[in-house]
Parts: sequence; C-alpha cells; structure tokens
Amino acid sequence: MGDIGEAFAAAIRLVVGLDRSLIEIVLLSFQVNLSAVAAATVLGLPAGAALALVQFPGRRAAIVLANALMGLPPVVVGLIVYLLLSRAGPFGVFGLLFTPTAMIVAQVILVTPIIAALTRQILEDLWQEYEEQLRSLGAGPGRAMGALLWDGRYSLTTVVLAGFGRASAEVGAVMIVGGNIDHVTRIMTTAIALEVSKGDLALALGLGIVLILLSVGVNTLVLVMREAMQREQG
Amino acid sequence: MGEATILPLELDRVSFVVGGAPLISDVSCTLAAGPRTVILGPNGAGKSLLLRLCHGFLQPTSGRVLWHGANGVDPLRFQAMVFQRPVMLRRSAAANILYALKLRGIPRPERERITADVLGRTGLARLADKPARVLSVGEQQRLALARAWALKPQVLFLDEPTASLDPAATFAVEGIVNAIRAGGTCIVMTTHDLAQARRMADEVMFLHHGRLLEKTPAASFFAAPASEPARAFLKGELSW
Repeated sequence: MGDIGEAFAAAIRLVVGLDRSLIEIVLLSFQVNLSAVAAATVLGLPAGAALALVQFPGRRAAIVLANALMGLPPVVVGLIVYLLLSRAGPFGVFGLLFTPTAMIVAQVILVTPIIAALTRQILEDLWQEYEEQLRSLGAGPGRAMGALLWDGRYSLTTVVLAGFGRASAEVGAVMIVGGNIDHVTRIMTTAIALEVSKGDLALALGLGIVLILLSVGVNTLVLVMREAMQREQG
Repeated sequence: MGEATILPLELDRVSFVVGGAPLISDVSCTLAAGPRTVILGPNGAGKSLLLRLCHGFLQPTSGRVLWHGANGVDPLRFQAMVFQRPVMLRRSAAANILYALKLRGIPRPERERITADVLGRTGLARLADKPARVLSVGEQQRLALARAWALKPQVLFLDEPTASLDPAATFAVEGIVNAIRAGGTCIVMTTHDLAQARRMADEVMFLHHGRLLEKTPAASFFAAPASEPARAFLKGELSW
C-alpha cells in the first residue's frame, strides 16, 4: 500500500506548493458548489416550509416525491440536463452546455430536493409545537412559515450543509454537463476521476485528501458561526 | 380596539365527534363579560376541547359557536389563549411579545412601549433580553401571560395554566390573571384543581363526559352542586 503514503506526499506537495492549477480547480469547485447550494437553499427552504404546514391536495404525494428525489442519481440528472441544454435541446440556444452554469443547474436539481425534504421534516416537528400558539396569535400560513424558518435556523444550517456535501461530492452530473474541460469546467471531483482513469492514483488520492480537508473546513466554519450565533441569541 | 365587544359568546347545541365518539355533546350556554368563568371537570371531560371550540381552533361537528358582538370582524383578533405548556418562540423574552404585537399590526414604537409595560407588570423586565426558552417554566408561563396581555384581548382563554407549576408560580399566575381581568378582559379558564377553582371562579361550568352538567355561580356550585357527578367530583370520589 505504498500508494497511500505517496498520495499523502502528493497532497502535501499540492497544498504546500500552492499548485496553480490546483488553486484554479478549487476556486471553480467552490464557485459551482456554493452557487448551486445558494440557489437550492432559496428554492428548497420555502418549498420545505410549505410542505410542512400548508395543507393541499396531493401533499402526501409531494412529500414522498421530495424524499425520493433526495436519491436522484447524478448521472441521470446530468444526462437530462445535457439533453435540455444541448444544441438540439429546448434550451440549446443559450449555449450553456460545457459551462460552469450548466454544472450549477445540474447541481441545483440534485440539491434542492435534499434541502426541501429535510426542511419539511424539521419544520413539521416544530409546527407541532407552534401550531396552536401561532394560530392563536393570528399568523397566516405565510407568517407562520417565516417564523418556523427563523426559529429553525440552527437545525436548518445542518440541512444546508447536507446539500453542500451532496454538491461537492458528486461527479456524475458535472462530468456530463461540464465535460471536465481543463481551465473551464474542471473541478475537484472530475479532476480526481480523470487522474484515476489516467492511472495516476497518487495524484487522484492527493486531490481527494484536499477535497475532504476543504469539506471539513467548510463544516467547521459553519459550526463555529452557528455556535457563536446561538450563544448570542439562544 | 375600540369600545365594541365581540361578546357575548353563545354555544348553540355544540357537539364534537371524533371517529364516532362524542367528545363534546350538545353543549349550549352563553358567556358574557364580567364573571371569571372556570370550566371544571375530571380529566377527559372535554374541558380543553371546549376551550378550543370557543377559540376557533376546532369546528364543531354540529351546532354553532357565535360571537354576537363580532359584526363581521374576525373574532380571533380580540381573543388570546394561554396553554398548559407555554409555547416559547426561539428568541428573547421581549421578542416573543414584539412578534405577537407585530402579527396584530401594531406599529413599531407602540410595540416597544407595550412590551416594556407588560414585562414590567409581570415582573420579567430584567429577563427581557434572555432567550425565552432558558427561562424557568414558571417564568415562561408568566411570559405567555404577558404576551397575551400585550394584545389587550377582550377574552382570554387559559387551558390549565398552572398544571405544571409549583405553588409560588401558581400564585403569581393567578395574580396576573386577576390583573388582566381588572383591565376589562373576560377570563375563561379550565382547571381540575378544586382549590384553584374556589379562588378564581365567579362562575363554574361543570363538564362530565363531554356534557355540560352545570353552569352556576361559584358560591352555589361549591355549596350545593345540583348534579350527582359534581357532588362526587367535589368529594374527590368521581371515577370516570
């Protein structure tokens, strides 16, 4: 298992050497993943809140669907977005295929159901506690959703982190719609896949270690911020 | 809120049935401003359910809940309710009250003033900035009362407001309820605590198996209850 030791050496060389192409890949990864998670959060939080407390026909089916979509296979999403964005597809005129925007679109589709479904679960539990009090105070569904999202904010950071985890870990969708083009659409996971297929396992593993460290860093940062906020506001 | 009152409240042959089981059966009565009404009865008599039917949380299976003075306005805007377990939003004590006032459309400077006022009256001024959920249960219930008080309701429903409190906290809650009443709010509360009913009731509604057996002035209820279950309940012998 000399590969492992070599991988760590490669990882350290990559980080310490501030390898220019590594930095480029890391920055693009963050840009794509964070944009996708931000958009998915804007879409998923209200959708989850609505599922939690608005009664409408087909609500149970919608909840089952949201839960099921959490497990969407990235390659399938990638393929669908590819078909939609390709020259012959309905959105072909925008010329988005093989751009970071296409990668963001695909990841929004992957992450939104995760954020919506987990938000629904958390806010539904909170609604059990709050419903009578908020109705008594005269809060309509819109106001109630706002109160639930605000009061559930600490638990919801974990939901957003789960979405970020999904976005930063998947390779299937971004590979298909991005194409892993050097300097254009190459991000951490697609670079790892490429190095594996080229047989440079040490470099691949080195990149993997960097990816994991970055993920731990993001989660630590969020946890620290959340605890600071919690201390202040309770 | 004006001088107009949504009272009197009339329950007209109100029944509430769940899965074929009648939980409230054929209750008719009228509640007017003035006396503190205590709804008394053993566990499972339907006290909380009746309160929720009055407050509009539940629609009766049959019969009607009528606010005769409402004249087209939403009667809920002139009511407040305090629950057995206080429901505290995850924000500061003061913010809990400010939020309730915001929902009622009170302008911001007014909100600040009212909040400081009711926190002072309930002895919570020094806890204003504390997160509401770290307060003791007794303090939380006082905060729930302060929040209700801030809304200046015409009718305040209280569902077993002291059931999970110790005697000192119970005493504080009863004092606040009486102070709210002194401001002209009609008080309707449930309890299964006879001693509390003797202290707080001007009028007693006695419920048993979802039926309203008595609605009489408190003095005559405690001196000479008219129904057999009420006599047994007062002697602590009611098995349900």
